[in-house]
Amino acid sequence: MNAMADDKGVVLTEEQKKSRKRRSLAIALVLTFLVILFYVVTIVKLGPGAMRKTELPAVTVIA
Amino acid sequence: MSLISEERINRAESLPGFAGVEDYWALLKPRVMSLVVFTALVGIVRAPGDIHPVIGFVALLCIAVGAGAAGALNMWWDADIDARMDRTRTRPIPAGRVEPGEAMVFGLLLSGASVLMLGLLVGVLAGALLAFTIFFYAVIYSMWLKRATPQNIVIGGAAGALPPVIGWAAVTGTVALEPLLLFALIFIWTPPHFWALALLKKRDYERAGIPMLPNVAGDDETRKQILLYSLVLAPFGVAPFVLGMTGWLYGAVSLVLGVLFLVFAWQVYRKREGDAAERASKHLFAFSVLYLFLLFAVLLGEGMVR
Repeated sequence: MNAMADDKGVVLTEEQKKSRKRRSLAIALVLTFLVILFYVVTIVKLGPGAMRKTELPAVTVIA
Repeated sequence: MSLISEERINRAESLPGFAGVEDYWALLKPRVMSLVVFTALVGIVRAPGDIHPVIGFVALLCIAVGAGAAGALNMWWDADIDARMDRTRTRPIPAGRVEPGEAMVFGLLLSGASVLMLGLLVGVLAGALLAFTIFFYAVIYSMWLKRATPQNIVIGGAAGALPPVIGWAAVTGTVALEPLLLFALIFIWTPPHFWALALLKKRDYERAGIPMLPNVAGDDETRKQILLYSLVLAPFGVAPFVLGMTGWLYGAVSLVLGVLFLVFAWQVYRKREGDAAERASKHLFAFSVLYLFLLFAVLLGEGMVR
């Protein structure tokens, strides 16, 4: 019995599981917010043209 | 259920590291953060030139998170003191809900992230000033001055006074006389504000072994210092108007509030015994918060309509 209990590791209470879930949710929300923020800041700093493909300048090869 | 399982569950319940989101929020000292955001916003609004609203928001967010990170580092370092004071014993670390190491990592991560974001997305000077503010509050004030000298909050006040300068730097990329005046205003305001509280919480500070001015130099000397600082603060409050940086509204409000501040400080100086003395300290502490809030609110209003 003792060995079985040891195999289970730390047993969390329901309250602790809820607490962990709330923390995970908060981290997910913060990360989502940061993704949106960095996207918007990129557009603001580089302008709408940030996503447009630009033509590379022609390269002259000197033989 | 066996004895072992029950023991495991009890151990799990008392295990640190199972804090709620609200505990991590409390580590950021949200009340201090709100004052920081407000004064930084004044710096942003009053600075000449334009800033894109999104970049302005990012600047404010970084300053807020940086201030919160400094608060978390302060709580990590001061957990032993906090456990001995009534005012702070329910904070997440002394209450056992957050492990000290977690708070330290939390504070360091947020410090690095906020400084990097501000430096890269807004401006290098603003980022450097935020880094200096966090360093000053966490290392110079919390780790060194707080336990070493009764001048702790005088010098440490510099950290709380920097946000309007960071806000200004976020817009202009430079520092000018006006944000430095705002810095000086908060810097000089800090001692009478905190010493009024220290007079009320003297026993708490004594128990924690913090050398606040009333504990080291006595109540009478503290009252004298409060009055002296107030005498310097009142004219400093009017200085932005005298130097032509603000409108008449700020001039009038700062003059009236400065006189009232002196009246409250004089009451603290004069009433030295019993309930009357305690009431005078409470009134000055409460009014000092209102004083700074109203001055910055008028500065913000004038900055937005000009």
